[in-house]
Amino acid sequence: MKFGVIQFPGSCDERDALAAAARVGDAVLLWHRDPDLRGVDAVIVPGGFSYGDYLRAGALARFSPIMVEVERFARHGGLVLGICNGFQVLCEAALLPGALLPNTSLRFVCRQVDLIVVNAHTSWTGACARGDRLSIPAKHQTGRYWAPDPVLDELEANDQVVLRYATGNGFNGSSRDIAGVCNKAGNVLGLMPHPEHAVDPLTGSADGLRLFESAALIAA
Amino acid sequence: MRARVLIRPKAGILDPQGQAVERVLPALGFEGVRNVHIGRLVELDVEDPAHLPAMCEQLLANPLVEDYEIVGTGEA
Repeated sequence: MKFGVIQFPGSCDERDALAAAARVGDAVLLWHRDPDLRGVDAVIVPGGFSYGDYLRAGALARFSPIMVEVERFARHGGLVLGICNGFQVLCEAALLPGALLPNTSLRFVCRQVDLIVVNAHTSWTGACARGDRLSIPAKHQTGRYWAPDPVLDELEANDQVVLRYATGNGFNGSSRDIAGVCNKAGNVLGLMPHPEHAVDPLTGSADGLRLFESAALIAA
Repeated sequence: MRARVLIRPKAGILDPQGQAVERVLPALGFEGVRNVHIGRLVELDVEDPAHLPAMCEQLLANPLVEDYEIVGTGEA
């Protein structure tokens, strides 16, 4: 399994994403101006502040040259994971439904949160079971997931809500406590918390590794 | 043409910035203030104003969560 982690100007979590992916497969860094995906089996759009989050979080990165390839790759069933800023980029690119708005507190919040796996049949959660509790850090100011109610109903009906904040763990005002959603096919997942920061018990939890292991299972 | 694009959160979407300002104004003695909403202003010179709606749809606004209004302000 070869993972590619995209670096935009202003990305800051690409090194942790590379290190996390390297625990379950090969991992290479891709540059946002690269013309192709160098044959990777899975793409990770990492966290950070691409293009300074100018205009709106994710709005400018979505037009980086490499995103043309990511969109093509995703639409052909390729595995894509968007973490935090990466989730915002995938929503702006319409690869995922909805939008991320400023936290209701308007504050940057950094804390360990518990997530509940709602759908364990996506490419990124296959190594989990429905109802599993994952302890993973979240750190963002613009993570309030929002979509119109009919879209939220549709997401729930299609099993596209993949992760929710466990009761008492939501802090950003997300609709229906949604922490992560996938596309209809389940190959593209976006989430606000950071699985790549929770891959070793040394830092408090290795629960985040399960997402990377899930992707590696697909290739096996 | 010199153009101005006003971008606002869509009605019904929680606007915590607007709410915070609305709470502070009475504390300064300004009573009777309602419905404060905070958006963005983009000013630009464009050769072809016909391109403005597409610019708004594709980049300047996120039409899912924001409304936009294009205001022409005269010659560039």
